[in-house]
Amino acid sequence: MSAADSDTLHSATAAGHLRILRAARRVASEPLGALGIALVALMVGGAVLADWLAAYEPNRISPRDRFLGPSWSHLLGTDQLGRDLFSRVLHGGRIALSVALFSTATSLLIGVALGLIAGYGPRWLDNLLLLLFDSVKSFPTVMLALALVTLFGPSLTAVVVVVVLVNVPGYARIIRTQTLSLKESEFVIAAQSMGAGMGRILRVHILPNVLGPLLILASMDIPVVIAIEAGMSFLGLGVRPPTPSWGSILNDGFTAIRDTPWIAIAGGLPIILTTLGFTFLGETMRDVFDPRLKGRR
Amino acid sequence: MLNYTIKRLALAVVIVSVAMFLLFSMIYLIPGDPAAVALGPRATEAMREALRIKMGLDQPVWVQFWNFFANAWTGDLGREVLSERPVSHVVMEQLPFTLALIAGGITWSVALGIPLGCWAAVKRGSWADRVVGVLSVAVIAVPSFVVAIYALLIFAVTLRWLPAIGAGEPGSAGDQLIHLILPSLAVGLGWVGYIARMVRASMLEVLEAQHIRTARAFGLPDRMITYQYALTIAILPTITLLGVGIGQMLSSAVFAEIVFARPGVGKLVYDAILTRNYPLVTGAVLVTTVLFVLINLVADLLIGALDPRVRSRF
Repeated sequence: MSAADSDTLHSATAAGHLRILRAARRVASEPLGALGIALVALMVGGAVLADWLAAYEPNRISPRDRFLGPSWSHLLGTDQLGRDLFSRVLHGGRIALSVALFSTATSLLIGVALGLIAGYGPRWLDNLLLLLFDSVKSFPTVMLALALVTLFGPSLTAVVVVVVLVNVPGYARIIRTQTLSLKESEFVIAAQSMGAGMGRILRVHILPNVLGPLLILASMDIPVVIAIEAGMSFLGLGVRPPTPSWGSILNDGFTAIRDTPWIAIAGGLPIILTTLGFTFLGETMRDVFDPRLKGRR
Repeated sequence: MLNYTIKRLALAVVIVSVAMFLLFSMIYLIPGDPAAVALGPRATEAMREALRIKMGLDQPVWVQFWNFFANAWTGDLGREVLSERPVSHVVMEQLPFTLALIAGGITWSVALGIPLGCWAAVKRGSWADRVVGVLSVAVIAVPSFVVAIYALLIFAVTLRWLPAIGAGEPGSAGDQLIHLILPSLAVGLGWVGYIARMVRASMLEVLEAQHIRTARAFGLPDRMITYQYALTIAILPTITLLGVGIGQMLSSAVFAEIVFARPGVGKLVYDAILTRNYPLVTGAVLVTTVLFVLINLVADLLIGALDPRVRSRF
């Protein structure tokens, strides 16, 4: 690469950074976007700093402190084993966010690969993959989760597999449609006529053009993923006790809802705030980055 | 239209077949011997062998699959492990409760969503429009099981306005309806948001259309234009949306049934998993899947009948 080339490359990335910065400022200037950023920052901050913010060990059992209501020493109260709920909520955030990030990334990888294959590969493979996507989508999510847990047993792996199965068909379809239309475009045909192989065309010419809208949609799916993890843990199909998860705290609260409602409140509140935060942020981001996607869901 | 109907029907049959194949391979992959799991640790080897033969587990895989497949298409989903009752009977007994719950959810979402969406579209750009917009996004975002728990906590435990448990007295329609209010709210609340947004968007589109402008030019009253001319067209897209919606409501129904201790297919599957009653799990999952595919089929055919453009895309 010549010096001039690398210079253009540098200024191109610099312009990219500038564009992202400008877009971020626009998201933050919308009231809903600002609220979204604040809520997400609160939750991510709480999860990352859980070790410093939590006054107690999240799994420390203390029989003398069972079912204490909210107070200054226990901000959200304690549960049936005397564990501090605020500490458990903070640590539960780690589970929620790491499952969300990991399973979304996995779904993206698989979805992009399958979508490229369906869009660029032979016709029969495309039809086969589409049929498979439709069939997987034909199971109601919770039924799919329940059926899969019979196979894997309750675990975080089962949660990730459910999320991947739920997300991949949608992502792959978007990539497929975009690939199909790009396949016929002039710059791809030009690259082909210059002798570029399939791998290069997909990587250099098609992928960069299809990723943008997909990433926005994937970020809007994060609240759904968080809900799946919490929902499965609520049913006892996700994380195993005593690992703190918002869903399992909610379940503890559900069992004791008549006498000690604060446990259910402590489990539900972070789920509500986080899903709201990510949704507000995602909606604003979509409107700012790509107004065409409006009304897609 | 006939051509479209046949193609769409064929697709539904293929999808259900693939779903059956996936379910079958799943049972086949479950670690351990199903007969041993079903009978528990105290069974003798002879008992296990007898059950294995009865369940057809001694046959080669493809024979097992064929039997499962052929039986399922004729409505025979096998028998429960312990009580030996036909799975199809058990599921059909519970299905009406789940269907009632979903019907309740649709009632909530339509009864609140359509007027809200319509109002927001008519008052476009006003504070009312913004409030409806934010509210719609918010109710979509919050998961249904959190809504269920909080509704239980607020309306049943704290205020004691509504019952917390069960489906009501079997004979009394009024009592059953009262027991349906909270669970169906939990199932339908998210869809209030979806429908409000959808109705708002399509109302805005329709209100710009030629025939509405003509109606205005003729001096027809606003009320009549909005509700009689515009809304009837703007509602169409929500039909397909409801097709998807019912599928998601099936998912929410599982939570609502567990939280409010209601009978239903969701609770049935959940309890079957906890007791490792696998024939019941696959049977019930299969029935809900077929139901879901059927509902989407009906929604697609309806929208195809109403909108010729959809047909040509097939």
